[in-house]
Amino acid sequence: MTNSLSEVAKSDVIFLIGSNTTWCHPVFGYLLKQAVRNRGAKLIVCDPRRIDLVEFADIWLQHRNGSDVALLSGLQHIIMREGWHASEYIAERTENFEEYRKSMEWFTPERVEELTGVPQDDLYAAAELFARGGRGAIYYCMGVTQHTHGVDNVKAVSNLSLITGNLGFEGGGVNPLRGQSNVQGACDMGCLPNVFTGYQPVTSPEVQDRFAKRWGSQPTAPKPGLTATAMIPASGDRIKALYIMGENPIVSDPNANHAEECLKKLDLLIVQDIFLTETAKLADVVLPAAAFAEKKGTYTNTERRVQLSRKAFEPPAGAREDCAIIADIATRLGAKDFPRTMAGLWQEIVELTPQYAGMTYERLEDCGLQWPCPTADHPGTPFLHKGKFARGKALLSPLTYRAPAEEPDAEFPIRLSTGRLLQHYHTGSMTRRAKVLDSLVPTGQVEISPADAQRLGVRTGDRVRVSTRRGSIVTFAQVVERVAEGAAFVPFHFQEASANRLTNDALDPVAAIPEYKVCAARLERVEI
Amino acid sequence: MLSLTINDRTIEAEEGETILSAARRAGIEIPTLCAVKGLPPTGACRICVVEVAGFGGLVPSCSYPVAAGMKVQTHSPRALEARKTIVELLLADHPDDCLYCARNNACELQTLAQGLGIRQRRYRGTSLPIRLDVSSPGIIRDQAKCVLCGRCVAVCTQVVVNDVLEFGNRGAKAKIVCDADRPMGLSTCVQCGACVEACPVGALVFKEQMNCMPDGRMQTTRVTCPYCGVGCQIDMHHKDGKWIYSTATAANAEKQPNQGLLCVKGRFGLDFQNHEERLTTPMIRKDGALVAASWDEALDFAATRLGEVKAAHGPDAIGFLSSAKVTNEENFAMMRLARGVIGTNNLDHCARL
Repeated sequence: MTNSLSEVAKSDVIFLIGSNTTWCHPVFGYLLKQAVRNRGAKLIVCDPRRIDLVEFADIWLQHRNGSDVALLSGLQHIIMREGWHASEYIAERTENFEEYRKSMEWFTPERVEELTGVPQDDLYAAAELFARGGRGAIYYCMGVTQHTHGVDNVKAVSNLSLITGNLGFEGGGVNPLRGQSNVQGACDMGCLPNVFTGYQPVTSPEVQDRFAKRWGSQPTAPKPGLTATAMIPASGDRIKALYIMGENPIVSDPNANHAEECLKKLDLLIVQDIFLTETAKLADVVLPAAAFAEKKGTYTNTERRVQLSRKAFEPPAGAREDCAIIADIATRLGAKDFPRTMAGLWQEIVELTPQYAGMTYERLEDCGLQWPCPTADHPGTPFLHKGKFARGKALLSPLTYRAPAEEPDAEFPIRLSTGRLLQHYHTGSMTRRAKVLDSLVPTGQVEISPADAQRLGVRTGDRVRVSTRRGSIVTFAQVVERVAEGAAFVPFHFQEASANRLTNDALDPVAAIPEYKVCAARLERVEI
Repeated sequence: MLSLTINDRTIEAEEGETILSAARRAGIEIPTLCAVKGLPPTGACRICVVEVAGFGGLVPSCSYPVAAGMKVQTHSPRALEARKTIVELLLADHPDDCLYCARNNACELQTLAQGLGIRQRRYRGTSLPIRLDVSSPGIIRDQAKCVLCGRCVAVCTQVVVNDVLEFGNRGAKAKIVCDADRPMGLSTCVQCGACVEACPVGALVFKEQMNCMPDGRMQTTRVTCPYCGVGCQIDMHHKDGKWIYSTATAANAEKQPNQGLLCVKGRFGLDFQNHEERLTTPMIRKDGALVAASWDEALDFAATRLGEVKAAHGPDAIGFLSSAKVTNEENFAMMRLARGVIGTNNLDHCARL
């Protein structure tokens, strides 16, 4: 996030797209609802489903899954046509405006209404509210990114914030709500194929030198490695061994049937986890790890806040901290001075990561620090791009519309989306073993509209088969007004009715993120 | 700014500020049951009444604004007597089962009664025939203990904005209801538990608190929630290495990302750590099946085989999937193993998934 969570209380207009906030980031959902109810902030919700926050919204744009670029660009087309854009800010702080503006001409309200299903009047109202309603913040989540045009979606979000002059101010910004306790930190730590810690590129000889010198190792190849979504299909082919820590790709990856076949082709699969997950069951060696409250270390939240988490109790006898396991393997492979403790690793992190350089465990004690925090007396950075962008001027990106990789047709007429429930989390390996959460929602489900339910002769609780070109599952119907006619939603927490046996493994060409949010499906009633 | 005197001390206060707020800032404690920090006062409980010179009656300090030159006594005999009577009236229909109550020794009503020197029941009221509401998986409601302070309603409607709890009925029949008086487990309640943290008495408690009365073995540790990216700070209450219940971190609550709030997962979802299916022994696949191994065997196996694959096919034949669930330090260790030891950039985690 460019800005901080608490800044939602400083925004005049909140623009939410592709985030079911009250389910997926519930506590931030409270802050957002407070802003609307107690402070009178205006809320624009863009979502194909009638999510809970629609009740709080001034405007709800129910666009079709996968039409985000059209929707966002359509709003920008209107803003510029009406002269509501922030001309001074654009001239001072951005570049490439002309080329960008030309690309927006295509997105006429008529065309956008046709592509998104959103009436032109609503497009106008939302465009005017966001451009003229005061300080505006944009929040988004995987509903924006998990598309074959996810990068374009993010660019469209960024463009919208830029042309309305909202990036670089308190209460504004472009704010992706990150979905996992340390997904920001895993990225910051360079657990990505193209960067070392702090987003230092592997292609830079100076960066490679610095790390190699610190570690007494050889530089890696100066080109990015494979992404997770490329490694798994390459298993048994280019990839002979995989070392997986705390992940369950058989349930979390797209087209899971295929992912499972791929992993079986490996010469060596090492899985390090706290439970025998579906993925661990395929491993050649399983290493039992400590859980979060059994160790002291840092996590970085969605607003770049590095926070200390303390050790409450010992891991069960036989399980060990991940860092000790990794250090033991590294040492057996000949590494010298590989740190075995959190504190030792932390020392290397602050030495090698400019954004973390000013942090110490002591400084993190009270309420953490938001990076960048380059020096010992730096107070941390609540919002980015104040006065100047990291790259100098912000780039406005020209965009064209691309349809999702798979759209409904006669054979698979339902527009299927996947995502999270409030009560569960990811592959369910944690929440389904939490007593209260499991009792609240014990089984998988598929949300279908009343109209489709009637056509199928299905009521809530009936069994339904959901099929796509990749696979099929049988699960329980939830007949809800929340989804539109012709659409369906399957949560992905339930391995016995795994949403990812259905999802499409088509990827965004740049980010290699799979298109979880839209594919074509068929529903059938199952007689028991 | 204006100045007034509270208990003969001169205090600076803001125009429009309440007496309670000015007093608290000056370190003068006035007891309340209904006030919720950051929310407009409701004036429901009247415990906070104070004496103001020149005023005929006592005024509720939580909702009465300061004025220049005002002279306030917070603990005058008259104020104390009124407070005592109010608490005695609350106790009139309050059950006597403190010994069995999960809030024993952490109950604001108990503390007030003790502080005001209440030693016997002077009034006896008729209590409603109310049964425990155990319909929800995480929370027990015991309306017999409710003092109708309305804090749960305030947090449900104005802080977590879930709009489930509300006042129902009137007069002696008044009570707190979920939706249109449904059992909590059948209502629209999402079990965030903010009402339990707000409750001053034992009317709302976490179920696990009933199974584990506080004793010397209970400990509290501040952790970061393992679920979404908000990074909620949780005071995890545990005993003998087992999670019992969670409250939002109280220290510097307003500066934490969760501002003293939790969702159902942070509140009730931390017991997976204590699940019987936790892995406790390394395993190696032999003849198609995973069999238990010692740590040395497992680590030797993993390292040897990684070395063999690297020797046979080069470093880029190996891939590493790190985790958005583990610490920065552990992610860094995985990064160093992949790049610094094996020598490959085939390293990623589930950010895309």
